[in-house]
Amino acid sequence: MRPVAVGAMSPFHAGVFSLVVFTVLAMLFIASQLFLAAWLGEKKKSPEKSRPYECGIIPTGSARFRYPVPFYLVAIFFLIFDVEGAFILTWAAVYREMGFAGYAQMSFFIVLLLAGLFYIWKQGGLDWKEP
Amino acid sequence: MLLWIAGFIILLVKLTIVLGVVLFLAGYLVWVERKFLARLQVRLGPNRAGPFGLLQPLADIVKMLTKEDTVPDGADRAFFLLAPAVVALTALLMFSVVPFGKDITVLGQRVPLVITDLNIGLLFVFAMSSLSVYGVALGGWASNNKYGLLGGIRGAAQMISYELALGLSLVPIVMLAHSFSIVDIVGAQQKYPFILYQPLAFLIFVISAMAESKRIPFDLPEAENELVAGYHTEYSGMRFGLFFLGEYVHMMVFGGLLAVLFLGGWRGPFLPPVVWLLIKIFLVALFMIWVRGTLPRLRYDQLMTLGWKVLIPLALINILVTGAVGLM
Repeated sequence: MRPVAVGAMSPFHAGVFSLVVFTVLAMLFIASQLFLAAWLGEKKKSPEKSRPYECGIIPTGSARFRYPVPFYLVAIFFLIFDVEGAFILTWAAVYREMGFAGYAQMSFFIVLLLAGLFYIWKQGGLDWKEP
Repeated sequence: MLLWIAGFIILLVKLTIVLGVVLFLAGYLVWVERKFLARLQVRLGPNRAGPFGLLQPLADIVKMLTKEDTVPDGADRAFFLLAPAVVALTALLMFSVVPFGKDITVLGQRVPLVITDLNIGLLFVFAMSSLSVYGVALGGWASNNKYGLLGGIRGAAQMISYELALGLSLVPIVMLAHSFSIVDIVGAQQKYPFILYQPLAFLIFVISAMAESKRIPFDLPEAENELVAGYHTEYSGMRFGLFFLGEYVHMMVFGGLLAVLFLGGWRGPFLPPVVWLLIKIFLVALFMIWVRGTLPRLRYDQLMTLGWKVLIPLALINILVTGAVGLM
């Protein structure tokens, strides 16, 4: 494993510097495409054209609705499991050094996580229905 | 200093070539997909621009550049204009951690054949794939279109759900390779590719990565027969093109990741490493197109059930089993 800090500004290392240059190149490409499109593209505005497309029917009202509640539930479950995923990933890189003690602690944690998943499953949190 | 400038020029040339090849292949992947899908559906596909329609990607670019870039009434202008760039940029950045060969020597200096070998390479991929959710959700929300909004929130919920399975399925790979660096992961597959050790992780990864790239059977955010085109309904011209580019680059990134994480990366007999990597990417892309031509779309509750009740528990159990076997 190579630390990122080694030769951080050296163009011969595949480090963060290289990533930054690549990001700039990719951004330049995207900007050039958008610039060309703005330059070459047609520019004829009309009220018909700029109306939101809803299958030819005149839209009624704004499209800024409140999100249905099940999406929030998914977001909350995601937050919980993602944080725990980060915990598992850090253990995974060094699991052999931590040996059986680390494995026992981690399997307790994962079993607890599974129990939590089964709990929200039984409570109906994972069923996609109107609350 | 002179050496630094020379190195910088080499770096620029390398990165430009990589970017050019990725964009070129993404363009031709569109052609491959249209042609192969057409064959699966007993059609001819594009055959007007050039022999076998080979100039079709060029014609598409010209068309997209000369079309009007419309912004619908009541749209949130800044987010609307920015969202496609987010999708395209994150997809391109994801490709930067995929190694495509051993180091080569230029001017007596080692030049690594990878854009960036971060020691957290795998986490970088997760981060970028999470960021691309913003492009989808904001693009759908900002366009002031009901279909766009529905596609956007569906996309956000689907992508975050499958990201969990994606992340957890790769934990055994990190355990086998002892590193998050993709270069080290390829290095650890010197003897056998990881697909032989981790067939279950491979399966979970393939399914959840297909859901991440929003393709059939997981294309609910853009389900064309219920949502018009979902989150990119209101986009036209090159901004629509950038969404498209993002999707096809994402397909290539997925092929590349599958190759480096499970199929031994650039390793292979006889042919040069880059060719092997491209062959693997191409086969994965063909597989995805085949799946698109074969499977129907899932229903939303089936999608959520598959992600939360099947893939996540399986991935967690797979971690436990891998840990136990590894410590024996």
